[in-house]
Amino acid sequence: MVEVRLEKVTKKFKELVAVNGLTLTVKDGEFLVLLGPSGCGKTTTLRMISGLETPTSGRIFFGDSDVTYLPPKDRNISMVFQSYAVWPHMTVYENIAFPLKVKKYPKNEIEQRVKWAAELLQISELLKRYPSQLSGGQRQRVAVARAIVVEPDVLLMDEPLSNLDAKLRVMMRAELKKLQTKLKVTTIYVTHDQVEAMTMGDRIVVMNQGKLLQVGPPTNVYLKPNSLFVATFIGSPEMNIIDASITERKDGLYIEGSGFVLRLTDDFRDLLRDYIGKDIYLGIRPEHMTVRGVSTLEHVNKSAEIEGLVDFVEALGTDTIIHTKVGDNIIKIKIPGHVPLPIGENIKIEVDLDNVHIFDRKTEKAII
Amino acid sequence: MNDETKYFLTRLGIYTFLFTFVLWVIVPIIISTLYAFSTRLDYYNMNKVIPTHFTTEWVKTILFTLGGWQGIKNSIVVALMTIGISFSLGIPAGYAIAKFIFPGKDSIKLSIIALRMFPIPVMAIPLVILYIHLHLIDTLFGVALAHTAMALPFVVLITSSIFAGVSKDFEEAALVFGLNRFQSFLKITLPLALPGLAAAAMFTFVMSWNEVFVASILTLKNRTLPAQILSIMAGSSGGAAPPYYKFAAAFIMTFPALIFVFFARKYLVTMWGITLK
Repeated sequence: MVEVRLEKVTKKFKELVAVNGLTLTVKDGEFLVLLGPSGCGKTTTLRMISGLETPTSGRIFFGDSDVTYLPPKDRNISMVFQSYAVWPHMTVYENIAFPLKVKKYPKNEIEQRVKWAAELLQISELLKRYPSQLSGGQRQRVAVARAIVVEPDVLLMDEPLSNLDAKLRVMMRAELKKLQTKLKVTTIYVTHDQVEAMTMGDRIVVMNQGKLLQVGPPTNVYLKPNSLFVATFIGSPEMNIIDASITERKDGLYIEGSGFVLRLTDDFRDLLRDYIGKDIYLGIRPEHMTVRGVSTLEHVNKSAEIEGLVDFVEALGTDTIIHTKVGDNIIKIKIPGHVPLPIGENIKIEVDLDNVHIFDRKTEKAII
Repeated sequence: MNDETKYFLTRLGIYTFLFTFVLWVIVPIIISTLYAFSTRLDYYNMNKVIPTHFTTEWVKTILFTLGGWQGIKNSIVVALMTIGISFSLGIPAGYAIAKFIFPGKDSIKLSIIALRMFPIPVMAIPLVILYIHLHLIDTLFGVALAHTAMALPFVVLITSSIFAGVSKDFEEAALVFGLNRFQSFLKITLPLALPGLAAAAMFTFVMSWNEVFVASILTLKNRTLPAQILSIMAGSSGGAAPPYYKFAAAFIMTFPALIFVFFARKYLVTMWGITLK
């Protein structure tokens, strides 16, 4: 168990910059999730930490030792691959015992540890089988057992759940998280699935185009995204992004967009001073709005109201998503429970001003 | 025509084709085997297509009087040496082509195939002169070297496609779990490629076993089976051999190869319950 530190790590594949000046510290025993769309450099980052790739520039440290150019076998790491990479010519037992054999553990200890890992992952009955006789979920467990059996300093997981069916994925998500909490091993987990990131990570790192955009605990990243990309990448249904501008009137600041005017409370004035009269993006998460007369927002200090027209209603069972036409915009509102609103109905939308996001048009950075 | 008839006719067509194909392969083998053991009288009897009286004289004569047995032994030695040399050179080359990107990769691949377009008879005299200078003439090792030159392009191409079929994740997992590159090749990639390699070995064996031209020009006393049989049949011992000798020779040529393929066959299809391409 060890702290992992990346300092200005850059990886280029010919002209393509896969990872660009990444600086990041993974705390000892932490479960860190690298989240981003495909091609954002998250897997390359993981592979550099594993030693399967070497950075073009920058340094990687495990604790105090510089491992930048160390081959993977000397790093005391384990990895769970997306394809599981359970060796087909070895039995489950041989697969799990392999890292121990390579590291020349005594025979009885190998047996004990394999047993321990197999029990932990509930695959004790499968030890004599070959991987071709296992289901995807079972192979996944073998891959995880093989990864934890040596008690690695760092456990790396590269989209380990993406090949499982939806039900199994949810189950394994919880199991992996529990396992990591129990073992307290520094874990770096790569995924493009924001739900996995939210539910599993102690901290999330959002990456795009080789760059780190935001690091923080899941709720922080969710509630305080620092850029338009992070705001829209995390959350389902995604945050409403509306073209708007900030205007000043006699009685205060307003956000104006097609078909609506939102009066802002005075405490926004300081934050938005430089943006008065300018175009911005307004971001509101679907759950931070409600329809007046249908339900009320909880724990809200300040709210504002806009008017809209029901365009379409998605009933998901636990929630209802109401697509509302406000001017030229379609705004999605998520309301708990079943809300049978007729299409075409005029509604009043209450907006939680504490959870309103405003982004710079050019830099797409969050202002609020 | 309804669907059922169509289905039936398609099936009939397929089976007719397969049946004809099998006959095409197996009938010559059966006939040459029958005639190889036919007595002289039965063979020349115009009223008999299938002989009824058999003798092992012809086969025995070829094997024990005319040097056939020594030829078989030589052939096996040459084939095994060919496999050994061409694999120790071809496997690393195939692996490199499969797993790495390097400058000139495509032209190397092309030139490997182009090598096979070169007609060997053109090289016959220079080859013999070279072999005389190198003291390789009339040695089994020399024949094996020549056969390696012929088999190597295929070994490189076949092994590269086999290695390309072994996912790199398997090897990377081995790297992560404590092996270096060479160990992970030996312990992971090689065993996984084994069924394919067995096929490549069979291919090489059969090529070497069948090869007659190079073997004939490069050897005089230490001949491989095809070269030895050619010299027997062409009548180096005075006059062309009678036809039943030729059938006996055909039988001797075919039989060991059949046995070999029969036993090696199962390694081609499955191993560890999986089918690898």
